[in-house]
Amino acid sequence: MNRPVAPTPEAIAGWSFRPGDSTNQQQLRPLMRETASQTAGPYVHIGLAPKAAGFDIFENNFGNVLVKPETKGERIRIEGRVLDGIGTPVRDVLLEIWQANAAGRYAHPGDRQAGKSIDESFRGWGRAASDFETGVYTFETIKPGPVMGRNGRLMAPHINFWIVARGINIGLNTRMYFSDEADANAKDPVINLIEWESRRQTLVAQREDGKGKGGVLYRFDIRLQGENETVFFDI
Amino acid sequence: MARSPQGDAEFLMRDTTSHPPAYAPAYKTSVLRSPKLSLISLQNSLSEVTAPVFRADELGPLDNDLIMNWAKDGLPIGERIVVHGYVHDQLGRPVKNALVEVWQCNASGRYRHKKDQYIGALDPNFGGCGRMLTDENGYYVYRTIKPGPYPWRNRVNDWRPAHIHYALSGNGWAQRLVTQMYFEGDPLIPYCPILHTIPDEEQIRGLIALQDRSAFVQLDSRAYRFDIVLRGQRATLFENAVQPEDIAA
Repeated sequence: MNRPVAPTPEAIAGWSFRPGDSTNQQQLRPLMRETASQTAGPYVHIGLAPKAAGFDIFENNFGNVLVKPETKGERIRIEGRVLDGIGTPVRDVLLEIWQANAAGRYAHPGDRQAGKSIDESFRGWGRAASDFETGVYTFETIKPGPVMGRNGRLMAPHINFWIVARGINIGLNTRMYFSDEADANAKDPVINLIEWESRRQTLVAQREDGKGKGGVLYRFDIRLQGENETVFFDI
Repeated sequence: MARSPQGDAEFLMRDTTSHPPAYAPAYKTSVLRSPKLSLISLQNSLSEVTAPVFRADELGPLDNDLIMNWAKDGLPIGERIVVHGYVHDQLGRPVKNALVEVWQCNASGRYRHKKDQYIGALDPNFGGCGRMLTDENGYYVYRTIKPGPYPWRNRVNDWRPAHIHYALSGNGWAQRLVTQMYFEGDPLIPYCPILHTIPDEEQIRGLIALQDRSAFVQLDSRAYRFDIVLRGQRATLFENAVQPEDIAA
């Protein structure tokens, strides 16, 4: 058994509470519970993508094109479908992605990785509604660089996905990795958490050159349930 | 240097008992849209503790005014209400600059959506969506028309209680939340299969907004108060930090 070790002054300085600090009383209150999740429902588009619902109300819409002309990095198109437990495309799904820039840095003050610059023309966030007929969703973005993971273990380039729809009671989180990054994927600390090697492939989008606007398309289908169910994460 | 709780700090593990299970057969659509296999639990990395940062100038001046933001040749029909509240994290800290997006049907129970076929009338002056950022105290406010109840295809005579949908984006990707707000006293609340996907009575009560007479606008609008709690974010403790000590600043 490990013996307890006294924390260093530096560590104590980072605590949210300190011995002898009168604010300790507040920290002893019971945690509040997170507000319960509810399904986004069939009409999620009204709120998050009103143009898809059939009307144009906001001057500025949050959409599925993440790149600007000056954005650095390799242009890619992501295309796929979300499939239910019997393989039917979910045609009322809404997806969001969150990713690092081409240098592997997130546009957020919490990312302080040394030696990686911010790209002012790239937020790294987008949302897409699937097509009501085909169920196909698309994103126009760039391929992200690798991001430092926990304990100094580099994560392979990846894009974080969040999926909501009618019938999904709590938003689903997954990650998309890249088929042309086989070496990096093999070392990725998150992929390696997945005990079943056959399931790891559900996170890897297949690169198809010569398609899409910039010439590169990644196909990423998400299976909510059943054969080859996509790996979802409790983050 | 003490790290900011708004920086790269980890989120508390999600308490799954606070939420509905993915598979909730009384809500039929969930049956084929629920993962059967266990979620893989991840310790937070930068991918989970960061999230998009929104600026006030990205939103329009009427984006939080659902009474006026689609008014074409008059005012929308229905009960005028103000909805307001605070967004905190589980440790009681305000979640500042959170993006709050809301959407709803009109007073007849009809959504302005090309897939909604309900017989309830569309209101030419009501759109049904709005958005805003929380202030320094985690406070948000918007005004709207109280939505109506409506029938939906689950069992043949299921009705949704009046509700407003919410999507919240806070400090980290792990804090993302979608939920629905209900109204105190609505007699449909006990029978809603979607609300009752939540297995916990206390958590259900947490989604029911209370009439707030102190915020009524005299001779104009009633008000409802709805507070929201997002995942708690703590300071980084020992090693196993989300990012190593390679910080130049």
